[in-house]
Amino acid sequence: MNGGAGSTPHILIVGGGGTGGALAHDLALRGARVTLVERGEFTSGTTGRHHGLLHSGARYAVNDQESAVECIEENMLLRRIAPGSFEENDGLFVGVTDEDMTYLPGFLAGCEETGIPTQVLQPDEALRLEPLLNPALKVAVRVPDATMDAMRMPLRFFATAKANGADLLSWVDVIDLELAAGVVSGARVRDLVTGRETRIGADLVVNATGPWSEQVARMAGVDVPIRPSPGVMLAVRGRLCNMVINRLHSSGDGDIVVPQRALSVIGTSSWVVEDPDDLGVPSDHVQRMIDEGSVLVPAVREAPYRSAWSAARPLIGSRDDADSGRELSRTFKTIDHAVDDGVEGFVTITGGKGTTLRGMAEVCADVVSRKLGIETACRTRDTVLLPHTAAFAA
Amino acid sequence: MTDDAVTTRRLRVHRFKRGDHQPHIEEHDVPVDERTTVLEALRWIQLHQDLTLGLRHSCFHASCGTCGVRVNGKERLACVTKLSDISGTVTVDPLANLPVLHDVVVDMGPFVARYPEPHPIVRGSEFLSESRTADGIDEHERYEDCIECGLCLSACPVAATDDTYLGPAALAYAQRLLEEARGADRDAILDWADQDTGAWRCHAAFECTEACPSDVRPAQRIMALRKELRHRRKDRDLEVPERPSSASEASA
Repeated sequence: MNGGAGSTPHILIVGGGGTGGALAHDLALRGARVTLVERGEFTSGTTGRHHGLLHSGARYAVNDQESAVECIEENMLLRRIAPGSFEENDGLFVGVTDEDMTYLPGFLAGCEETGIPTQVLQPDEALRLEPLLNPALKVAVRVPDATMDAMRMPLRFFATAKANGADLLSWVDVIDLELAAGVVSGARVRDLVTGRETRIGADLVVNATGPWSEQVARMAGVDVPIRPSPGVMLAVRGRLCNMVINRLHSSGDGDIVVPQRALSVIGTSSWVVEDPDDLGVPSDHVQRMIDEGSVLVPAVREAPYRSAWSAARPLIGSRDDADSGRELSRTFKTIDHAVDDGVEGFVTITGGKGTTLRGMAEVCADVVSRKLGIETACRTRDTVLLPHTAAFAA
Repeated sequence: MTDDAVTTRRLRVHRFKRGDHQPHIEEHDVPVDERTTVLEALRWIQLHQDLTLGLRHSCFHASCGTCGVRVNGKERLACVTKLSDISGTVTVDPLANLPVLHDVVVDMGPFVARYPEPHPIVRGSEFLSESRTADGIDEHERYEDCIECGLCLSACPVAATDDTYLGPAALAYAQRLLEEARGADRDAILDWADQDTGAWRCHAAFECTEACPSDVRPAQRIMALRKELRHRRKDRDLEVPERPSSASEASA
């Protein structure tokens, strides 16, 4: 199945989350032959479990400006290429304590430096927009956050990739990568629908498995600097706000309430694990979501419980770095293992977040294209995506 | 799984791989606590006992609609169904009225294919209507309540005998479009619903409303749709069906 000289190069993407889907879409538009394998349903790992925030970037405007710039650029771009996929509701950063107020000047300056539009609202104006906010608030800053459907928005990349000829295979588990003489040439896979094992040959394999990327890289005998960092989220019944409500302070537990359908999602905590599959939902974290979330929107405390769950972020940083994961950058990284480790035919894309899925794919597809001699440039910036339902078409 | 597992529950799980002669049931004893959901229990089986167990999941909070299964014969979202709310043995089967892909996973293709065009997913928000929108935003938009999980179709007794029936989710969605057209062609929607395989096929069993995890109330919406269709047929001097259409009429 390997493409020989002169034929269309074949790329095998491992991982069917937002990153893998966006990469399949990007490479399919460039005319490459693409196969994507995912061991479960698409978006079943980290992508579908996130709180559904389309970041304005304001959360990172003070401490992680690289991520902030990525977020605001992709935020504006995704609204153009995926119309109808966002609740265009904006967000508020709400200051409640004197300490929050000391964060305000740096926050506004950071937003200005990174190109994130802001509007400062006095408490009475903020309460007119959002009646259930903590009435003791001191200030609110409006930013262009939005709510996205954490599954259906990414599925539009899968839908469009599929329509452009990409072979997208769910329920296919990678057992091992094929590595000989320092070259990765494909993967041994198990089809979970039939139970059969087979191999998929490729000119290049991309590891797009998020917090699992360390496990997959090990199959090629290389290491990636990833820390699986889970966070707990809590969904309560009732749409307590129309806008995304953030706490005006440096990142902390329970500092965001995202309205989603008739639910409100409160997030999140942050710690670090070895195994991204076995996360658990610590009870004290759930309680912290209620306690901290109700500082922003007091009704959180009385709202009926719907669900609590954990999702593992793929944060970039070595095991020697911070313990909580909060200090690690939310930006992303493409690693060409030929350069870093002397293993040819193998690239890892990791880090990042739901909001930056398209940008991550573009950077990675540029690296892949350079390696395989694909000359077509990225076209995802202005290709409007098909509806999510097209992902289910036969 | 939460961090303070206290007891063990037995799950009986429907298993089927393509090429098998017939499905079979596998039993697993799973450590659980008060909050453990059916989805977490199935994930535990997958991680600790059988990696090949096929199941769909994504959001874990009843917002994506991927983890629909039947638990002891009742349609449920596995992610918000606590084992502590179910007594005795727990049997997990795939949804009915859709093709089984493997194990408890069904093919959602035929479900999605029932929807009329266009199929927008955001709508105007009716919540907190006393609040005004921010400058630059005409109207707050929010996602439709329907999460396209297929539980209503699985529970529908008409769909069980007739796979041409458009089914509760798609018909309820059409009625939503009539309430809030968002640019859709009202007449085209009504034409689409006004067929033997459409609104007239519903036998008003209300099983769909019973099964819906998002309070969409599909059956009531189908009744509202019929009311509109009756008026439209009367206005056009057309016959108004007195009783639901049957599968034989639909195919005749």
